[in-house]
Amino acid sequence: MSTAAIVGSGNIGTDLLYKLVRSRWIEPRWMVGIDPGSEGLRRARELGLETTTEGVDWLLRQDERPDLVFEATSAAVHRANAPRYAEAGIRAIDLTPAAIGPYVVPPVNLGEHLDAPNVNLITCGGQATIPMVHAVSRVVPVEYAEIVASVASVSAGPGTRANIDEFTRTTSRGIEAIGGARKGKAIIVLNPADPPMIMRDTIFCAIPVDVDEAAIAESIIRMAQDIASYVPGYRLLNEPQFDHPEGGLAKVSIFVEVAGAGDFLPSYAGNLDIMTAAATKVGEELAKQPATVSGGQ
Amino acid sequence: MLRLTDTSLRDGSHHKRHQFTAEEVRSVVTALDEAGVPVIEVAHGDGLGGSSFTYGFSRTPEQELITTAVRTAKRAKIAVLMLPGVGVKDDILVAQDNGASIVRIATHCTEADISVQHFGLARERGLETVGFLMMAHSQPPEALAKQARIMADAGCQCVYVVDSAGALVLEQVGDRVSALVAELGDDAQVGFHGHENLGLGVANSVIAVRAGAAQVDGSVRRFGAGAGNTPLEAFVGVCDKLGIETGVDFFAIVDAAEDVVRPVMPEECTLDRLALMMGYAGVYSSFLKHAYRQAERYEVSAAQILVRAGQRKLVGGQEDQLIDIALELKRETA
Repeated sequence: MSTAAIVGSGNIGTDLLYKLVRSRWIEPRWMVGIDPGSEGLRRARELGLETTTEGVDWLLRQDERPDLVFEATSAAVHRANAPRYAEAGIRAIDLTPAAIGPYVVPPVNLGEHLDAPNVNLITCGGQATIPMVHAVSRVVPVEYAEIVASVASVSAGPGTRANIDEFTRTTSRGIEAIGGARKGKAIIVLNPADPPMIMRDTIFCAIPVDVDEAAIAESIIRMAQDIASYVPGYRLLNEPQFDHPEGGLAKVSIFVEVAGAGDFLPSYAGNLDIMTAAATKVGEELAKQPATVSGGQ
Repeated sequence: MLRLTDTSLRDGSHHKRHQFTAEEVRSVVTALDEAGVPVIEVAHGDGLGGSSFTYGFSRTPEQELITTAVRTAKRAKIAVLMLPGVGVKDDILVAQDNGASIVRIATHCTEADISVQHFGLARERGLETVGFLMMAHSQPPEALAKQARIMADAGCQCVYVVDSAGALVLEQVGDRVSALVAELGDDAQVGFHGHENLGLGVANSVIAVRAGAAQVDGSVRRFGAGAGNTPLEAFVGVCDKLGIETGVDFFAIVDAAEDVVRPVMPEECTLDRLALMMGYAGVYSSFLKHAYRQAERYEVSAAQILVRAGQRKLVGGQEDQLIDIALELKRETA
């Protein structure tokens, strides 16, 4: 069992709280915030965690320090905190777009970074779509991949809103680095419909002409199952659609829906769920590697 | 003086399926500039960075078209559009390097706070700023005014009531413009961008001016999404009759519409059945061409696609979901 602190008590941190409390491998002990009125801190206290509004300074002053810290603040805050965690020997799982450590998307490359001191989870849209780009690129070369993430307005917190460019840039880079596309593009749309819409993502991959469509479709379906093993609300909405070239590029289009587990925000917030589920999965894999968890000696 | 912006080289990009050539941009800019149009908007229909599978790939890179427009215009300023979530700040900087001097930042009318960083950058770099509150029919005047305040506080110098669906009718425009004028006072101007889906572009624009709008958009020959935009040449003529000064020469812009812009258009923008349904139901005008394309691809009804887009409350940018709707309709008929 590894001990963990959650830094950030907003939507993401609070949703993560519930998943970590259920984990057999991770014991969440501390939650760090800055707002005394935070609903997330209140819930953490109810669940028996120690909480503070004094930020990371407080956490690092404690006699006992966590094995793992989950950063659910903002890219700027994580950039400031990351060196301090490293110095204290605490491994960081970064849920912001700061991307100091290597990108991790569990069904694609989780095994590759089990010894990294800091890993980054890209973005919610990235967790939902990059595996699908990989599912195509492991069968045929993907010159270009483009994703559109539609999320309910109420599930996009102030951090996402203030830094929407970070979402598009970080996700685009992840499509290339982890998805395996030569060039990536990401689009995000916030939809204010009431009742809120469940997160939807569309993935377009440019592929060569005359490919084995059945093999690509099979790879996509297998990937959807892999993701659903840790994000139960993840599903394909349609069969993958193949279009023959008009003006050069053949493409495959993939349509997915991500319903959340309803841990903190209701099930429409699949964008939160897939991020916190991925973080939990990564944390558990790290916790299973006792030799690499330094514990801050 | 009322300031007019022609959007045919941006909103018209939807109608043209993003196939503008540099030569076409040169000829349109030359004609509009000579007629005295003070601002000409040039970009992919979905703004900077819009060239994509989702919205359609540009035939000519938009930055090349912007450069061409800047080099062609003698008096007019060149404006660009960007939608946070589609384009990024770097796109704005490249457009400025290419000579664009006005950036228009568009969000759905409940999501103004995603534009704050872009307005900040634009002002810091000395660009003139305009904010677009899209699908303005979907929110009451007071709610729209609060969103306008967010844009103005972020550095937006003129907030537009944008009737993306062509769904607003007369007083509904006036009430929204008045609410924004009351909220913004001297902090920012108010503008109006109309569509013709209920045939009210010119009338709605007049109401907007009477309610205090200082800037109005139109597209020569209606060259825009859906049934097109407010026909700028007609609006100039109406302004002449009403004694509203625009600085645009009516006869010159009428000639430009007929002799220069019409030949660039694939067909006229018409108030047909689908366009009317969009206006009536409040569906994003740019969905029209995409609905036709998916209807053809999956052999389903384009009208049904648009009806479901309305039922699902899709907003601008969710063109990908029209494919999902077409697949759903196909499954139902199978």
